[in-house]
Amino acid sequence: MNRQDLITTAQQARVKQEQYKRRVCVCCGAGCISSGSEAVLKKLQEEVKSRGLEGEIEVVPSGCMGPCNQGPLVKVMPEYTMYQKVTCANIAAVVQSQLIEKKPIEDLLLFSDSRPKAFVNALEDPFFKKQHKIVLEDCGDINPEVIEDYIVRDGYKALDKALFQMSREDVIGEIKNSRLRGRGGAGFPTGIKWETVFKYVADQKYVICNGDEGDPGAFMDRSVLEGNPHRVLEGMAIAGYAVGASKGFAYIRGEYPLAIKRFEAAIKAAKKQGLLGPNILGSNFSFEVEIRIGAGAFVCGEETALIASIEGKRGMPRPRPPFPAEVGLWGKPTLINNVETLASIAPIINRGGQWYGAIGTPKSAGTKVFALAGKINYSGLIEVPMGMTLREIVFDIGGGVPGGREFKSAQTGGPSGGCIPKEHLDTKVDYESLVSLGSIMGSGGLIIMDDTSDMVDVARFFMEFCMDESCGKCVPCRVGTKMMYDLLSKVCAGHGTLRDIERLEELAVYVKESSLCGLGMSAPNPLLSTLRYYKNEYLAHIDRNKELEGVSHA
Amino acid sequence: MPKIPVNIDGRALEVDVGRTILDVCRENEIEILTMCHFEGIGDVGACRLCLVEIEGINKLLPACTTKVAANQVIKTQTEKLKKYQKITTELLFAERNHICAVCIADGNCELQDLGYKVGMEHVRFPYLFPKCEVDTSHPWYVMDHNRCIMCVRCVRVCSEVEGAHNWGIMNRGFQVRVISDFNTPWGDSTTCTACSKCVNVCPTGALWSKAAVQGQLVKQPQMVSELVAKRKMNL
Repeated sequence: MNRQDLITTAQQARVKQEQYKRRVCVCCGAGCISSGSEAVLKKLQEEVKSRGLEGEIEVVPSGCMGPCNQGPLVKVMPEYTMYQKVTCANIAAVVQSQLIEKKPIEDLLLFSDSRPKAFVNALEDPFFKKQHKIVLEDCGDINPEVIEDYIVRDGYKALDKALFQMSREDVIGEIKNSRLRGRGGAGFPTGIKWETVFKYVADQKYVICNGDEGDPGAFMDRSVLEGNPHRVLEGMAIAGYAVGASKGFAYIRGEYPLAIKRFEAAIKAAKKQGLLGPNILGSNFSFEVEIRIGAGAFVCGEETALIASIEGKRGMPRPRPPFPAEVGLWGKPTLINNVETLASIAPIINRGGQWYGAIGTPKSAGTKVFALAGKINYSGLIEVPMGMTLREIVFDIGGGVPGGREFKSAQTGGPSGGCIPKEHLDTKVDYESLVSLGSIMGSGGLIIMDDTSDMVDVARFFMEFCMDESCGKCVPCRVGTKMMYDLLSKVCAGHGTLRDIERLEELAVYVKESSLCGLGMSAPNPLLSTLRYYKNEYLAHIDRNKELEGVSHA
Repeated sequence: MPKIPVNIDGRALEVDVGRTILDVCRENEIEILTMCHFEGIGDVGACRLCLVEIEGINKLLPACTTKVAANQVIKTQTEKLKKYQKITTELLFAERNHICAVCIADGNCELQDLGYKVGMEHVRFPYLFPKCEVDTSHPWYVMDHNRCIMCVRCVRVCSEVEGAHNWGIMNRGFQVRVISDFNTPWGDSTTCTACSKCVNVCPTGALWSKAAVQGQLVKQPQMVSELVAKRKMNL
């Protein structure tokens, strides 16, 4: 495919899509599939065919639409009418009423059972209205397994623009202008990372897409990979061009078979079209992408452990410096970016860094995808501008806490993050303010807890996770997490003393400051933040202890 | 070799480019505690005893793997570092079974020396005492996992110096263990050359010769360092 072919393909696909009066998307993200959306899709396709409407109505599977716990979801375009909890039994009614009589089925509309008023155009509901979709803009609309669906929505246009209208420095400059920061958690400025890799001279460089999303309750990268794999591929290719790499690896965790399948299909389709491989779009830039499947170690999300894993070694981190930008995969300069970061690249190139940088807050530009989970009415996948308050996210978008219970805490950043209490609900969500609250942005997991949660037990849960996932290389993380877990278990069982709390505090700071990699450095965060905001709960557990305070049980 | 200026513990030094902080400190008789470091084999930065503070860097870095840079101001003896060295030592003692009185390496043990050096009077954390295997299947040597501190010197010396790759690592977290081949008895190993390098570099009573009796275990760790140095000279 050359540049003209890309335009022709887009035009042809557009003409083909315009033949249909309506496009019905059935969510085939992992969440909806588990609630039976594949059967719904099949039934819907049969129903449309049996009524002889297949020339007018196009029925396609799509990626994640957002309100995951309301699935299976069906969306009718161009009205943007969405139906929730659709079963095969509803299909005949949907076709008859919505598609033939053009009357929406009120009882089946999205949020019809939980909101006072459900909207015929789902975009008017606060769940969507408050969101700003950039990474997810095509997710839920396109069929992730059909490359033309992506191309028709300006797919690979950014790659074309980068290759033919921009120098490598221009691309890096645009990313720097956008002030995009790494979406994997640490928030390092992406443009500066690219520039660093670009500046090292080497015969071979690599680009790695980090899709080893491992935080409990997080499914952002998964949904992007499943819902719009070409966006990630395009981001990788642009990154490869910018830093001078000819080879990319996508490291996707083995627990995401659907993401792997769709990404594999995307690579194949892109290769077939000449959008990957030698001389992309007729330029002299060549770029190959391979998938590497993670085998279930959380620590392999850490960049140096991930590199070791790709190299075929045991996935253990090594001290940095040297950073992968200098000494990376097989010793070569390597750019590692998270899935969401790479999925943000194409819009920045298309619309300009300035446009992107104007969204969000001065220090945290752009939008962030969050996976809402836990005690919240609408759990699912959302994308909001940086700087939105937690209250808006939890109550306006997420619909608040179910069952008439009270909001207690929002846990961000998974096992590396902290718990934010309700006093701080009006905090603007960006990298700095979350750190000042003792938590982190993390990769975007957002777990909501209500007043039934025991915060000491929450801290223990995350400590157990870190203890199990520690690679065992450095002493603070290997032994420290075990000690902290044992102490937390002791406190939870009602055998704790004040001295145990002191030891926990001492160990937490020690492990945070002296561990080798990010896993250990952040493992004490859930403990430290619960000690900061919910110390009374620790003390309540200790009051249960019948022994004299200060007498050690150890 | 070009020289660069650095400041370590208030001393202004001119040092060679490309050296690690640990090398520079040892050359200048600044004591840095180490456990996983061993002269002649690659560094991994795992024990965290050699952590130092560097002005302008907001995290502690291991001296063994961090290269000196021009005009760095490095501190190696702060109260915080001393406190952390002590906790690390306590955790090492608490993790498995390090009762010196019944250990073959008593008096010849780097972990024991470390305890004295950091002034550890007792261990404030509960002893875990996991039930670990003692592998006596090798005709000459014993691997007692109860005494192992996972410095993985044995793993590194076996692959880097002997080239036999007998030792590996399995499991993770506090359940991590050194294994022979694919976790088979050491005596059944098809890769072990019985070269004794691992036994000699092991800092504790985890690896020892069957010929030794309690209190009289003698190791010759310098043989490995000397060998590596001599090989380099021949090149």
